[in-house]
Amino acid sequence: MGMTMTQKILAAAAGLPEVKAGQLIMAKLDLVLGNDITSPVAIKELDKMKVNGVFNKDKIALVPDHFAPNKDIKSAEHCKCVREFARRNEITNYFEMGDMGIEHALLPEKGLTVPGDVIIGADSHTCTYGALGAFSTGVGSTDMAAGMATGEAWFKVPSAIKFNLIGKPSKWVSGKDVILHIIGMIGVDGALYRSMEFAGPGVAELSMDDRFTISNMAIEAGGKNGIFPVDEKTVEYLNEHATRSYKVFEADADAEYDEEYTIDLSALRPTVAFPHLPENTHTIDEIHDMEPIYVDQVVIGSCTNGRIDDLRIAAKVLKGRHKTPDMRLIVIPATQDIYMQAIEEGLVKTFIEAGAVVSTPTCGPCLGGYMGVLAKGERCISTTNRNFVGRMGHVDSEVYLASPAVAAASAVTGKISCPCELD
Amino acid sequence: MSMNAKGTVFKYGDNVDTDVIIPARYLNSSDPVELAMHCMEDIDTEFVKKVQKGDIIVANKNFGCGSSREHAPISIKASGVSCVIAETFARIFYRNAINIGLPIIECPEAAKAIDAGDVVEVNFDTGVITDVTKNLTFKGQAFPEFMQKIIACEGLVNYINSKQ
Repeated sequence: MGMTMTQKILAAAAGLPEVKAGQLIMAKLDLVLGNDITSPVAIKELDKMKVNGVFNKDKIALVPDHFAPNKDIKSAEHCKCVREFARRNEITNYFEMGDMGIEHALLPEKGLTVPGDVIIGADSHTCTYGALGAFSTGVGSTDMAAGMATGEAWFKVPSAIKFNLIGKPSKWVSGKDVILHIIGMIGVDGALYRSMEFAGPGVAELSMDDRFTISNMAIEAGGKNGIFPVDEKTVEYLNEHATRSYKVFEADADAEYDEEYTIDLSALRPTVAFPHLPENTHTIDEIHDMEPIYVDQVVIGSCTNGRIDDLRIAAKVLKGRHKTPDMRLIVIPATQDIYMQAIEEGLVKTFIEAGAVVSTPTCGPCLGGYMGVLAKGERCISTTNRNFVGRMGHVDSEVYLASPAVAAASAVTGKISCPCELD
Repeated sequence: MSMNAKGTVFKYGDNVDTDVIIPARYLNSSDPVELAMHCMEDIDTEFVKKVQKGDIIVANKNFGCGSSREHAPISIKASGVSCVIAETFARIFYRNAINIGLPIIECPEAAKAIDAGDVVEVNFDTGVITDVTKNLTFKGQAFPEFMQKIIACEGLVNYINSKQ
């Protein structure tokens, strides 16, 4: 019986000719990631282990991005803990503020994640690198500590759901709409313990930034990972960003999947997830027929949608327009390179002229940390990934998840809107 | 090593996410005692006031979904909870709980039948869950041998140390 793409990567990393769903394996790791919230806990655990330092100083990435630049004294202590650990262990890929970006946008940009890699990160959105044909998954701090110490992690080999993508997305439909549609279809535990494998001719119609967004939110369907095949666009991206050699894996033709879905990208519509679960999706057309949903805040950014394509589309909508009064528009480029690119292309000027706050890279508002925390009763439309109770602030606040295009259009009208309504 | 848990049940529904287990506004701390003071705050403000050492959390499907924050099982363990029973667990929470030595057990039948306030006993060797209040027993899913070793060592750190 054939193996899925994920199973082939895991078999290779475990040094086995083949693996089967449900099998427990010990796999060699190509990268272990942590941030300023999860690393301090991992560092404390690592100190308890009878090991001498880390397994490989080049294969660990530490990115203080969540509550950084330091939001308060306690966060400053966490960042200091990570910084000192990085210095002590001569960690090559520690990113100090100024070089720092949101981890899941930063690491691919720096060429640290390539096809065929096995990557764990103490951050649930580590699944993002599946867009490049890597196996990558989120873990907790103790797994991160064990990974830093031993260079290995245990996995239960997952079974998979295959998503056969066909057709071409229409105007204003992006990767965010694809993944929100899928989560709405299968639910927030629809892919629990399993891989989400994307395939089919529709893949070629998705930009790398679209694919990063889709893989990023595999966890919101409960998935272990979300992986794309490597094609010309992937290779083009790698040529631009990576210098490491890599190995391309493909699913066997006779690979077995638990379920298979065909998604016609041309039939998708801009999609919004209502509070308080990412599966509560409605198309923009359904919303058009509802009572207006007014918003107090719009956030465009995050590991899901803070990349250059996202900013370009938001700027396209906002160009020559202004946000409504009494509403906050917050735009956060995900990395310094993206920020610089946005300045060079005039996007930042467009945002500021539209009345936006433009911030240095940080995860801040997505998890209610800082830089856009919601008050009681406030409502935000956001390009982030979670809309759980209290996610962005007060327990009685609300988050609606959408694409950069819909978020930008909503900033202009003050209510959840399609950019097509502005034309 | 024989392990058992017995306590009063706090009952929750589907998709209890790690943001409500321990809201991110408290993640500027990694101190278990401080985290426990805010455990379950955004889903049940009474939890911290009422929880007693040994108590048990029972929930429906996908418990612990969302963020990978290990602070979630840490805060539950530090608040005195002896076991979490659910229909299913989100996979990162599942790993984290095992890794820090918080006993968890998947049992859809028990998750459905047990109500808040019931006194429940769990035998981890046999996987048998007993609702003492209702006089019902259920068979929870046993851990694979590999995970049993980690649990027996009371977490991944000790397990790795034991192999050195």
